[in-house]
Amino acid sequence: MSTGIQVTLLLFLIACAIGVSFTRNLFIAVIIFMGYSSIMAVIWLFLESPDLAITQAAVGAGVDSVLFFLTLKKVHALKGTREG
Amino acid sequence: MNEKKTFWKHLQAWVDGEEVILDADKYIVSRPKREKSDWRSHFTMEYVKEHRKLYMFLSIAISVLFIGIMLGVVNGLPEFGNPHNPANNEVMERYLESGIEETGATNFVAGMILDYRAFDTFAEANVLFLAVMCAVILLKKDSKNYCAQEEQEKYEDNIFDEREKKPILQMGGKVLAPLVILYGIYVILNGHLSPGGGFSGGSIIGAGLILYASAYGQKKMRTFFTFRTFTAISVGCLLTYCACKTYSFFTGANHVGFAIPKGTPGDILSGGFILPLNICVGLIVACTMYGFFALFTKGDI
Repeated sequence: MSTGIQVTLLLFLIACAIGVSFTRNLFIAVIIFMGYSSIMAVIWLFLESPDLAITQAAVGAGVDSVLFFLTLKKVHALKGTREG
Repeated sequence: MNEKKTFWKHLQAWVDGEEVILDADKYIVSRPKREKSDWRSHFTMEYVKEHRKLYMFLSIAISVLFIGIMLGVVNGLPEFGNPHNPANNEVMERYLESGIEETGATNFVAGMILDYRAFDTFAEANVLFLAVMCAVILLKKDSKNYCAQEEQEKYEDNIFDEREKKPILQMGGKVLAPLVILYGIYVILNGHLSPGGGFSGGSIIGAGLILYASAYGQKKMRTFFTFRTFTAISVGCLLTYCACKTYSFFTGANHVGFAIPKGTPGDILSGGFILPLNICVGLIVACTMYGFFALFTKGDI
C-alpha cells in the first residue's frame, strides 16, 4: 500500500516536471511548481524527515510562489492585472 | 584638528554623492566618442528564424552534454545503502548515541543544527539578512529616490487599494492568519521536542503575516510592523544569537563549565541554548519572508 502511494507520488512529480517545461504560460508554470512542492512535502514525510516536510510546505508551496507571482507582476508578465 | 574635520566633511559629502569634480566638463569633452555596439542588433528575430536548425542543434547538443555530465557524476557516486559509504562514519553514531545526553534535545535535527553545528546556522541566518538587505537597497522606495510620476502612481494605487473590496480574502485572513501565526509559534517553541524548528516555524509565521498584509493592506500592517521594528528585530536576533554562541564558544565549546542547565529531555524548558536560538532564527526568518513580500509589492515595509 505504502509503496503504491509512493510510486504514484513520484509519477506525479515526473508529470509536474514535464508539464512545467511544456507550458508556455508563466502563471500556470508557477501553479504547477506549487503542486510539485506539495507533492514533495508528502514524499519527505514518507522518507521520515518531517522537519523538511514542514519547511517544504511552508517555503516551497507558500512563500516561494507568492514571491514568483510578485516578480511576474513586477516584470508585467501577468495578464488581467492592473500592471499587466 | 581643523584639517581632519574637513576631511570628514569631504568623506561625508562623497558618501552622500555630493562631491563633484569641478572641471569634469573638460574630461568629458576630451574623451573620444565610443561607437555603440548593441548586442541586440546581432540577434534579431530574423536572424534566429534564418538559423533555426543551428539553434535546434545547439540546444539539443548542450542538453545532451549536461545530461551526460550529470549521469557520469551520478555513476561515480558510491552505491546507495552501502554500509561502507563515507557518509556512514563515527560522527553519525556519536550524534545518535549521545545526542540527547549532550544537547538535551529530543529532536536530533535541532540538536545537530543548533548545538553541534550552530555556527553553520548562524551563517545561514546572516545570509538571509544579507539577502533582504540587498532587496532593500535595490527595491526600497522612500522620499529620496522618488520622481513625481512614481509618487502619483503610488498615490493612485493607494486609493485603488482602499476602495477595492475583497470580502473573501478579508474573511479568510481574519480567520486563518491568527491560526497560522499561532501554529508557527508552536512549531518554533517545540523545535527541540518535535519536528520543526526555527526555520520552518519562522516561514509559517511569515506566510501568516503575508496573508494578513494582502488581505488588509500594508497601511494596517504598519500599525505594528514598520521598517524600524523590522531592522530592530533582525539585528537584535542576530546579535543575541552571536552572544549566546560566543558564550558557549568561550566556555570551551563542549559545554565544559557551562552554567546553563540542560533540564530533563522532553520538557519545554530544556536543551540549554536551543530554545532561545530557535526563537532568534524564527524571528529572523519571519521578518525576512515578510520583508521580501513587502519590498516586492510596494517597495516599502
